[in-house]
Order: sequence, then C-alpha cells, then structure tokens
Amino acid sequence: MKHVKTLKTRNLCASAKKGGCGECQTSCQSACKTSCGIANQKCENNK
Amino acid sequence: MIHQFKLNGYDIVVDVCSGSVHVVDDLAYDAIALFDSGAPRAEVRAELCKKYSGGDEADIDEVLDSVEELKNEGTLFSEDGFEPLAGELKQRSAGIIKALCLHVAHTCNLNCDYCFASQGKYHGERAVMSYEVGKRALDFLVENSGSRRNLEVDFFGGEPLMNFEVVKRLVAYARSIEKENGKNFRFTLTTNGLLIDDEVIDFANKECVNVVLSLDGRKEIHDKYRVDYAGNGSWDRIVPKFRELVKRRGGKNYYMRGTFTHANPDFLEDVKVMLDLGFDELSMEPVVAAEGDPAALTDEDIETVKKQYEELALLMIKRRDEGRPFTFYHYMLDLSGGPCIYKRISGCGSGTEYMAVTPWGDLYPCHQFVGEEKFLLGNIFDGIKAKEVQDEFAACNVYTREECRGCWARLYCSGGCAANALHATGRVNGVYKKGCELFKKRMECAIMLAADEQLRGEEE
Repeated sequence: MKHVKTLKTRNLCASAKKGGCGECQTSCQSACKTSCGIANQKCENNK
Repeated sequence: MIHQFKLNGYDIVVDVCSGSVHVVDDLAYDAIALFDSGAPRAEVRAELCKKYSGGDEADIDEVLDSVEELKNEGTLFSEDGFEPLAGELKQRSAGIIKALCLHVAHTCNLNCDYCFASQGKYHGERAVMSYEVGKRALDFLVENSGSRRNLEVDFFGGEPLMNFEVVKRLVAYARSIEKENGKNFRFTLTTNGLLIDDEVIDFANKECVNVVLSLDGRKEIHDKYRVDYAGNGSWDRIVPKFRELVKRRGGKNYYMRGTFTHANPDFLEDVKVMLDLGFDELSMEPVVAAEGDPAALTDEDIETVKKQYEELALLMIKRRDEGRPFTFYHYMLDLSGGPCIYKRISGCGSGTEYMAVTPWGDLYPCHQFVGEEKFLLGNIFDGIKAKEVQDEFAACNVYTREECRGCWARLYCSGGCAANALHATGRVNGVYKKGCELFKKRMECAIMLAADEQLRGEEE
C-alpha cells in the first residue's frame, strides 16, 4: 500500500466557521438514554 | 494530539483536533509514534533505519516526507485551538430548550431489578401525566425553543404505553400547533413492549421518528431481570409484538435496545439472538448501577466487554459482506458528516437544551436526575427557578473536566454523561472512568469500521 491513506472526514477546524446552529439531536435523547456521545449524530445545518 | 491503535489488521492514526483519520502501514505508524514522542527527523530516521534494517532507505525518506506533509496541511499533530469556543454555543443558545423527555407514566407493568428509575417510580409515588400537564409541557417547549425548528419529545416512563391515550392526544395537539409556530416535532417512544397492539404499531409507525424497544437478547438473560410483578419473564410476550412492529415500520428508525449487566458481559450472544429474530438496528448499553449492586459490571467484566466490542465489529463486517448488514448505535460514526466543533466541545445539553418533565410538571436536567431533589430545576408552569443548578450544567464542557483535556476521544464524546459522572464521583462535572474506557474502545471499533468501509469501497 501507499504508506498513508487518509479517510474522508469532516474538517473540524473549518466547522468552527459556520457551525453551532443547534438543530442537531440532543445527545442521548431519542436513543440509548444512558451514555453520552455525540460522534454518531448527524449534522443538521442546512445553511 | 494523536491517537494510534491497531485493530483488525489496520494501523490507524487519529488526529484528534482536525478530526482526520489516517490508515497507515507499519513503517508510517512507527514514524508517527516517534515524531509524537518529540524526536527530530534525523533521530526518527535513524531509529527507523535500525528497526527496518535491510529495508529500502528511500522508502523511509518517503514516509518521513509524507508525515511532514500531513503535519503541514494540518491533518496530523494539529493543535487544539478550540478552547475559546467552549461554552460559546451554550451562551449563544442560553435559555433555548429544544428537547423534552416527557415522563408520561411513573409506573410500570414490569418490575426489573436493574431499573435506574426504581421500577418506573423514580423513588417517588406512582403517577401518570394528565393531558393538561403534557399540553402545557409542549407549549413550554415551543415558547422556549427560540429559533430552533426541530423539537424532540420522548415519551418515557416507567412504561409510557400505560398512559397511551394521553400520548396520542399530546401528539395530536403538537401536530396542531407545529406549523403555525414553524416547528417540527420529532417524537420517540421508549417501551418495554407489553402493551403493543395494532393501534400502538400504527401510531408509532406514523408519528414516531424513532422507537426504542427494550429487549436484552437471550431469553434467559432477558427474563432474569425483565419480569412482571408475579415474577414471570416477559420475553415470550414481547418478542412477537416487537417483530410485528418492526415488520410494519416501513424503514423508519428503531433501536432494539438491550441492557447488559454482570449477568451477561458476553453481550455479543444477545446481539446474535436479536439478529436471529430479524432485528437489524441494535443498541446494547452497559447497565447504570451503583458500585456493589449485583448487576454492576466488575473490572473483569469490563475487560470482557471490551473484547466483545471488537468481536461485534468483526461480526458487522462479516454480515455486511454477506449482504446481511446491521447497525449498532454506538458504531454509527459518520466521519464525513458528523457534528460541528461547537457540538463536540459543548457537552450533552442536559439541563440546558434538554430537560425531563415529571408527571406533575417538574423539570429536571435529564431523565436520569428525576427524583433527585437537589437537581430540581423548576417546573413547566413557572419556568426555571434553580438557576444555580442550571448554571452547573451549562458550565459542563470538554475543557471543564481535567481528565477530558488529555483524552484523545474527547471530540467524539463531548465530555460524557453528567448522570454517570455524578453517580461515580459525586459531581456532575466529574468523570466516570469505566464508562470512558468502554467509550474509547467503542470509538476505536467504530473508526476501524469506517476505515474498512471507505477503503474497501474504494477497492471495489
């Protein structure tokens, strides 16, 4: 293989510019109800 | 900060702050580890030449160039410059509430020993929410939701279907006011299944964006805890109802949600039972129990669970390759479209944008705090009264917990569960270490799965 393969990921630094709309799901609400974790939530920013 | 791990034949490097993930070969893996230890290029080169003696030195130079290139483009060894943003989202949205957990029934038709809500009563008296209280709660949510469009409401208990008539009326009321207010209600129903019938199925599949169905997997495991008041297990009664509901779900989301305890740290066996029953959207959670509780996971159990998480990830790949994929809540990691940095550093939202409402209208920071009087925030009639309690929750973020600052998984977790932290440390801004260990293992598995999917997708 090529030595390094970089996966497609969201650029977190860039997300600081127009993020923070607050429309995404509130952590464990509607789901497990026991353990916080936000990485599997969908971004709902449509702007 | 970076995190490196090897899993299922993949050497993975996570660049924590940029969110980048690199899959590398052994040579690059070692080079990155050496750079991370602070060694200058010449020293790294010398070490690699020693370790890979007989190898191609040009290859080593190529790796070193690649690593430096990643660093220069900001996808490796990136700095955490986000601290000034911490709390900004919460400040910007101060006073805005967008999600409520409606405790429509503080009573239950099951008597599960491990229930964090003490058989649905939350350490209080049995009670059900009246339509008037529920309606006021929905109005309270709309009034306090500011510019938020998506409002989440979870019908929770106890067992919410013991108050199904009120649930139906509340949904009808919400639908009648959402358009004029520019809102979109998203309902979830969490149920033990006993009262599911055709009407419930039609209602849930029409109105609920998600249903959370409680099933612990193997019949003997499920029936150990999930018993009625006569002591009879519930598995045989609920499984056919769950199958019917899911069959008619029409592709809408659901979670078959199990709890694992000291009785079944080998929870993968329970996952397999769920799969054999035809369920394919799964969630299995570690029990919430105090140290010393017979259901609580021991240190030895935690090690077992970590291995089970790895095996679960391998099973997911195998089933995907066989054309029989399934999802697992904690592994649904969307690397390219996940939440923005504000969400990742600002914590879970309990007590600020999310609250639980008791049957009589009291507000608590989340469902897990209900009944703990010192966390009573106020009520839906008069609003927030205990500002100092809310401030404690508003202050929770990744940077207010010392342990989180040095943790590679902080931007996947956002600081952990305040209730778990309270129970483990006595402080809502503490850290539940066993939970962290499991969380980090789950994230490694989820990242590996995402890598496998992307890389094999490219090959095909």
